[in-house]
Amino acid sequence: MGQKKSIKVALVGNPNTGKTSLFNQLTGLNQKVGNYPGITVEKKTGLLKLSAEIDAEIIDLPGTYSINPTTLDEDIVLKTLINDGHEDFPDVIIVVADVENIKRNLLIFSQIKDLNIPTILVLNMSDQMRKKGITIDLEALKEKLKTEIILVSARKGLGIDEVKKAIVNYKELSTSSLANIKDRIDSVFFSELKKTFPNNPLYKSWLLITQADNLDFLSVNDRDLVNNFRTDIDKINKYQHKETILRYKKINEILKKTYTLDRTHGTDLRSKLDKILTHKIWGYVIFALILFVIFQSVFDWASVPMDFIDSSFASLSSWVKTVMPPGMFTDLLSEGIIPGIGGVIIFIPQIAILFLFVAILEETGYMSRVVFLMDKIMRKYGMSGKSVVPLISGTACAIPAIMAARNISGWKERLITILVTPFTTCSARLPVYAIIIALIIPQKRVLGIFSLQGLTLLSLYVLGFASALFAGYVLHKVLKVESRSFFVIEMPDYKLPSLKNIAITVLEKTKAFVFGAGKIILAISIILWFLASNGSTDFKNAEEIVKNELKDSNLSQEEFNQKLSTYKLENSYIGMIGKAIEPAIKPLGYDWKIGIALVSSFAAREVFVGTLATIYSVGSDDENNTTIKERMAAEVNPETGEKLFNFPVGMSLLIFYAFAMQCMGTLAIVKRETNSWKWPLFQLVSMGILAYVAAFITYSLLS
Amino acid sequence: MKTTIANLKVGEKGVIEDIALENIPLTLLEMGCLPGIDVELLQIAPLKDPLYIRVNGSYLAIRKETAQQITISKL
Repeated sequence: MGQKKSIKVALVGNPNTGKTSLFNQLTGLNQKVGNYPGITVEKKTGLLKLSAEIDAEIIDLPGTYSINPTTLDEDIVLKTLINDGHEDFPDVIIVVADVENIKRNLLIFSQIKDLNIPTILVLNMSDQMRKKGITIDLEALKEKLKTEIILVSARKGLGIDEVKKAIVNYKELSTSSLANIKDRIDSVFFSELKKTFPNNPLYKSWLLITQADNLDFLSVNDRDLVNNFRTDIDKINKYQHKETILRYKKINEILKKTYTLDRTHGTDLRSKLDKILTHKIWGYVIFALILFVIFQSVFDWASVPMDFIDSSFASLSSWVKTVMPPGMFTDLLSEGIIPGIGGVIIFIPQIAILFLFVAILEETGYMSRVVFLMDKIMRKYGMSGKSVVPLISGTACAIPAIMAARNISGWKERLITILVTPFTTCSARLPVYAIIIALIIPQKRVLGIFSLQGLTLLSLYVLGFASALFAGYVLHKVLKVESRSFFVIEMPDYKLPSLKNIAITVLEKTKAFVFGAGKIILAISIILWFLASNGSTDFKNAEEIVKNELKDSNLSQEEFNQKLSTYKLENSYIGMIGKAIEPAIKPLGYDWKIGIALVSSFAAREVFVGTLATIYSVGSDDENNTTIKERMAAEVNPETGEKLFNFPVGMSLLIFYAFAMQCMGTLAIVKRETNSWKWPLFQLVSMGILAYVAAFITYSLLS
Repeated sequence: MKTTIANLKVGEKGVIEDIALENIPLTLLEMGCLPGIDVELLQIAPLKDPLYIRVNGSYLAIRKETAQQITISKL
């Protein structure tokens, strides 16, 4: 068998042109999503089998309007295409263009063409041509653009085979340039540039000197030559603008002869829908209704699979205990690893459902209208209209939500969004809220319809959003970060969402959670298990010590076991930690057992319930079927003799969990996204102080 | 009559005359917002900002502060 041949293909094009749909069509589920080293732009690659001998490795470069590197995304595209030694440097480039907006899409095409790499132009959404009144003289356009052009409908799967064929035959494609930037901007300057780098395409040399960040691959000598041309940056910027204008002139000339658009055919679906969806009253009403439906569904639809996951993992744990020989490893498996994995899996339903909705809103084009509606409001709080997506996503999990803040262009607006997103009530807070509310709020109805417990939960959600906005407002006033925010968003056409695209998005976001937070939650569960099942010498000799102490009293075996377990817990490592912090948390109304749960929650909030379950399961044998809630309700404060989880303590805990930054997964993501430990530490400390003070005030006022 | 995009009323059109290049993103130029191109104001957000425009076949929303940097002559 001979060596398999692999063709490298890069997909380039404007956002909203269906580039990703084409990528999905070509690669199906053979995709890998990673990050570019050191930065936070997603890198998507996929494999396409063209024949028994030939594979294509397809890389979906970020959607951009040009390859002038003014954003992180453009920087990636430029970096990949400018350096023929780059690991992703393509053999052939596919420029994906929206047939309806061909003029704008040809700008990046004309830039790519001038790099003299074989290029295929794919005109997507060609099934819409007749409806929109578009006619194209394809042969003439091919000749003028000096390239192969393929009409495609990525959503309907039309034209995909032609694209594959063109990839196989990429060597036949022309590599000649399109625009002549040399004579029409400044012939002296560009002749000089050509003379300095005689072996480069002129446009490539020009790209090198328009920016200084992507020159690492050049020799020191070449870098100096480049920098010699960079003495007058203003001139370069002016030429960049001129270049754009020139390219558009050229494109207009070409399209005049080859492309016609009969406007009378255009439907006015866009303007009709826009009138309602961005209406000053109805726009907000509809958005509020959509949010309501989303949250309702997240809770309703997710509860069945969540209960199922919960009980499955519980029975798996006890099954492991019965079939495996007792010992350290069995304990680790049944009390550490299995509950740990269960604690990750249980959030998948809510996260998947939430991102299903977010993906639908984005695919249909509605999300851009929300950004348009909300921008002015969000700016008061130091954010942008684009911050709405992270804040909504934050109600599932802050980790994918903070990653969604990437497409906010101004650094200050993006930073504030990242910093305040953890205030929104994420699904990990929910089990904590649920059990405490059940303990301290009576099952009464207000006005006969609203459940008091439900209203309390709703207030906590409102508190989450309100504190996010308030924190944004404060940060907006306080943070001295130099940043200009240029807000330009496209308002795409309304369209029906593609199932395939949505499925892949949901899968990706869920994976981001499982591998982002999951690893940490699992690791912490194992550490906790270790800390709870090991301890000082008193812990190891617990049985004899307790026996010795109680040798005169007449205790049943059951009562003895209870005493023993309590003694063990107190002397385990985790018990020692809990006792050590007890003085600090006493003003909030908590005892050392809650202290243990608080400490373990610093890994991830939902561990609170699990930890309390472990702590209070102490002493209860298997036949004793009381729930965690009943055990917590029965817990008595030894100093006062009253119930431990009374109203003031419960409220103080709710407030503490609403504000505290107790999620290592989020801290790790914030570190990655802001590229420094400064901001996650700032979050940890400031939210911690806020939580402590607020919980202290709550407890003091109520008790 | 010379004015800026920020002063158009909904439904009004103009031709771009001049752009304060140092104050607007290159992206906007790259989307085809260039001198000589027609621009139409489609909608204004409920709180008077951002503005929803059509330019060069693209539908865009830009903030008022950016719109003020683009001089047009009204059609």
